[in-house]
Amino acid sequence: MPAVPPRSPYGTGHLRGERTFPEAAHDELGNEQLRRNLGRATHSIRAKRLDVTGELPDWEQLRDAGSAIKTDTMNRLPGLLEQLERKVTEHGGTVHWARDGVEANEIVTRLVRRTGSDEVLKVKSMATQEIGLNEHLASQGIAALETDLAELIVQLADDRPSHILVPAIHRNRDEIREIFLRRIPGVDPALGAAPAELAAAARAYLREKFMTAEVAVSGANFGIAETGTLSVVESEGNGRMCLTLPETLITVMGIEKVLPRFQDLEVFLQLLPRSSTGERMNPYTSLWTGVTPGDGPQEFHLVLLDNGRTAALADTIGREALNCIRCSACLNVCPVYERTGGHAYGSTYPGPIGAVLTPQLAGMHAAKDDPNSSLPYASSLCGACFDACPVKIDIPSLLVELRHQHTEQSKTTAEKLAMTAAAAVMKRPKLFTAAQRTAGLGRVLAGRDGTFSRLPPPFQGWSDSRDTPAPPPQSFRSWFASADGAATMRAAAEEGARHTDDDPQEAQ
Amino acid sequence: MRIALFATCLGDTLFPEAVKSTAVLLARLGHDVVFPPQQTCCGQMHVNTGYQREPVPLVRNFAEQFGDPSIEAVVMPSGSCAGSVRHQHEIVADRYGDAALRAGVATVKTKTYELSEFLVDVLDATDVGAYFPHRVTYHPTCHSLRMLRVGEKPLRLLRAVEGIDLVELPEADACCGFGGTFAVKNAATSSAMLRDKMDHIAGTGAKVCTAGDSSCLMHIGGGLSRIKSGTRTLHLAQILASTRTAPHALTEAAR
Repeated sequence: MPAVPPRSPYGTGHLRGERTFPEAAHDELGNEQLRRNLGRATHSIRAKRLDVTGELPDWEQLRDAGSAIKTDTMNRLPGLLEQLERKVTEHGGTVHWARDGVEANEIVTRLVRRTGSDEVLKVKSMATQEIGLNEHLASQGIAALETDLAELIVQLADDRPSHILVPAIHRNRDEIREIFLRRIPGVDPALGAAPAELAAAARAYLREKFMTAEVAVSGANFGIAETGTLSVVESEGNGRMCLTLPETLITVMGIEKVLPRFQDLEVFLQLLPRSSTGERMNPYTSLWTGVTPGDGPQEFHLVLLDNGRTAALADTIGREALNCIRCSACLNVCPVYERTGGHAYGSTYPGPIGAVLTPQLAGMHAAKDDPNSSLPYASSLCGACFDACPVKIDIPSLLVELRHQHTEQSKTTAEKLAMTAAAAVMKRPKLFTAAQRTAGLGRVLAGRDGTFSRLPPPFQGWSDSRDTPAPPPQSFRSWFASADGAATMRAAAEEGARHTDDDPQEAQ
Repeated sequence: MRIALFATCLGDTLFPEAVKSTAVLLARLGHDVVFPPQQTCCGQMHVNTGYQREPVPLVRNFAEQFGDPSIEAVVMPSGSCAGSVRHQHEIVADRYGDAALRAGVATVKTKTYELSEFLVDVLDATDVGAYFPHRVTYHPTCHSLRMLRVGEKPLRLLRAVEGIDLVELPEADACCGFGGTFAVKNAATSSAMLRDKMDHIAGTGAKVCTAGDSSCLMHIGGGLSRIKSGTRTLHLAQILASTRTAPHALTEAAR
């Protein structure tokens, strides 16, 4: 059997939090302001998305097409990537291959150094977040400035993004105003909290940077193998500035972002904006192919990032997660994300897709002690994410699959013993019936209202806010086998027979 | 029709009234209801918690108990257990089972139904002759809604109940936060979801919150009981089985 491809190296980048999901979520849940901000934002974006997806008569066919193109892409990823490399090179770009975040960070640092600049402009990018590029550049004496408004807010606040698309979703206007007053040099102290005023302050700050910066670093929403074209979609125009003004452009792209044909954009440029921002079309779609003499960046580098993606691809079930186009629709409909926010997931990729993608890219190394091993359980499996996903990734099934991988990898735990014991009892009807009887005896321990208000570990969290009914004196099976049960069923059957006589249509 | 009732482990042990109501209702509609006594549990809790080897004997037992060709339909008062039989047994059998198990699972899967889909799709019955004069709100459980796609079926059944005052639950399709072991492993998040669900239920002024899954109702009912809300939970089957001649205890008490 071939060796499992390497995952993202342990201890680098942002694919692993410090604490398990339940621990981190507990603190976030206590933050009322955060929950209000999140609730408001997710509800409004949810409604917008439903409006604009509902108005397309072929939305379901678009989802099918998106899913089919992505699946086809993953099935022949190596060939497509080589084609992309060939085409980018033909058009005057340079392609670099990075096995992991460490390599990608080194490549970008080397390329920036070569320009002689110690400052880079950033286009919002999940791939560079994932590998911790900004932090790495800072450690090498290179300042990276985020130009997306929300990403800038997060950066100025020394915070971490809480959402794939709306990184500052957990902040409100007043908080943002505070951050700007504190961190933007020369900002007007009379700055108000109106969105237009906040945007204007950020614009003034960024404009000067756009005009002077020599290097920009971006991610890519799509890379077209057929033509070597790269694409970034965005709302603010900051991306367009970064992609066109500096002399050197470095794009870091996860290898799963490749699409076979230029025409495939037809599908994804409909699916992505409608699913992510609830807009029919995003305001700026930038497409570039290599370099064009005298127009735009004269030096273009494409860094193709693996960082665990090949490992995910090697997983016959889990690979479906690579189809993700990072629209964040699953976050916005997820009841768990809505209450906890993105930080609880500890990864660049929060929410339902993050709970699938993160353990796949970075592994669940130290079994139960690895925070990533708690992520597949950070879901009630309600399925809202599956319904919302524009490329129909069956996230609940993938979560169940990852849970299975986790229990298979972990050593014997109390839970595993309990599950084995439960199965041993439940596979033998006699034992099951005996266990029911024993449980029924537990009634003597219940309160006067027939419920338990306190349960022992590991159920104490459950009983903190829920009463649990004591098992009633008679199980269904013993009632059904009893004289009383038989009589009741006979009477019901007689009524059924009368019913059938009255109205032969009703029952066959 | 010869119908085998699957009581579900939770229904059998903790919520027998929901299963009794299912049995009585089906008999009343003129069907032959049998209870294969060797049945136990569908194994959903195992699969959803990440265990797929352990429930193999449960899946096998289920296929054996309900594989009998004389059984025309397997009906259960649980959307999530029906979802497990229809979607998860195959996964377990494919991975850890043998050819016989895979064949058994495939056979049983096609005749397995959750109560409301069985009534509406198979029996073509929406008015089951029920009488329940109370204000009721309906919570569509996630697995009924998104795994089985029962859609409006439970509501069509409820709307046909005589005397009922059916009120719409705001944000009905939001998860109540149960999710099996999720409620234990992520108790705080689950509680936060439950609080919102209970607020919405309170807003309807309903005396009863109903659903097609005892597990979700155990969660919601446990929360409502803790805050002494005055609203109680009842399984959909209990409302549908309540008639003028044999009213539900709640209706009798209200007289």
